[in-house]
Amino acid sequence: MIPIQYYLLFAGFLFSVGLVGVLIRRNAIVVFMCIEIMLNSVNLTFVTFSAYLGDATGQIVVFFVMTVAAAEAAVGLAIIISLFRNKQTLNINEINLLKW
Amino acid sequence: MALEQIIFWSLILVAGFSAIMVVVSRSPITSALYLILNLFCLGGFYLTLNAQFIAIVHIIVYAGAIMVLFLFVIMLLNLGDESKLRERIDWKTYISISISVAFFVELYYILMIQTPIPVTKLHVNSAEVGTVEYLGKVLYTQFIFPFELTSILLIAAIIGAIILAKKKFTI
Repeated sequence: MIPIQYYLLFAGFLFSVGLVGVLIRRNAIVVFMCIEIMLNSVNLTFVTFSAYLGDATGQIVVFFVMTVAAAEAAVGLAIIISLFRNKQTLNINEINLLKW
Repeated sequence: MALEQIIFWSLILVAGFSAIMVVVSRSPITSALYLILNLFCLGGFYLTLNAQFIAIVHIIVYAGAIMVLFLFVIMLLNLGDESKLRERIDWKTYISISISVAFFVELYYILMIQTPIPVTKLHVNSAEVGTVEYLGKVLYTQFIFPFELTSILLIAAIIGAIILAKKKFTI
């Protein structure tokens, strides 16, 4: 039997890897993928607690997180396409329209 | 070593490796393909946790819909010149990595050293909880209001994506 800590620690590892990616990468699409990794690690903790406690609430929340992730990916990629049309770049250091 | 543990550790190896490769690989296409591998491994984790329905939905939604969207966008943007997106390693990189490592060490301390979690094995009902019947019953009775709100979210996302991608914004 696998202890619950291993699942939680691995989810924390995935979250850390996604955090590193969000902070160090310059490509906007790769930053989006790292955000997906972080969302998935949180989903893994939800499902872990749901299975170990025998409660369905965690798995229901995972549904809503998946919905939010799908909506976020659609809108975010549309924003990326629109930005690329205007600025011809995906480097997030050069996209500074909202910076004062 | 039991079969369960062999599956668990091999899933951890593949998922950790693919997650790291998503971050460090140069081209976005390689990152996207490694991310698909990572998502399949997470589906495997859900199966080991007796959450069959979540595992299938995860594979369908992520590998089937979201990653296809990512690959389409990468293909449409046609990033020919990789040189404009050259990643530099500077002091910000080291600070980011040390912040993340500190976060992971904190989690390790909390989970492994400080407080022993009293739950040690899967709940006896876990196989029943993961089925479509049980989840559907809970979703359509107890969580019916958030479920309906989800439809508004999806409508807003559809309209937003279409408007953003269609109009030519001038900046």
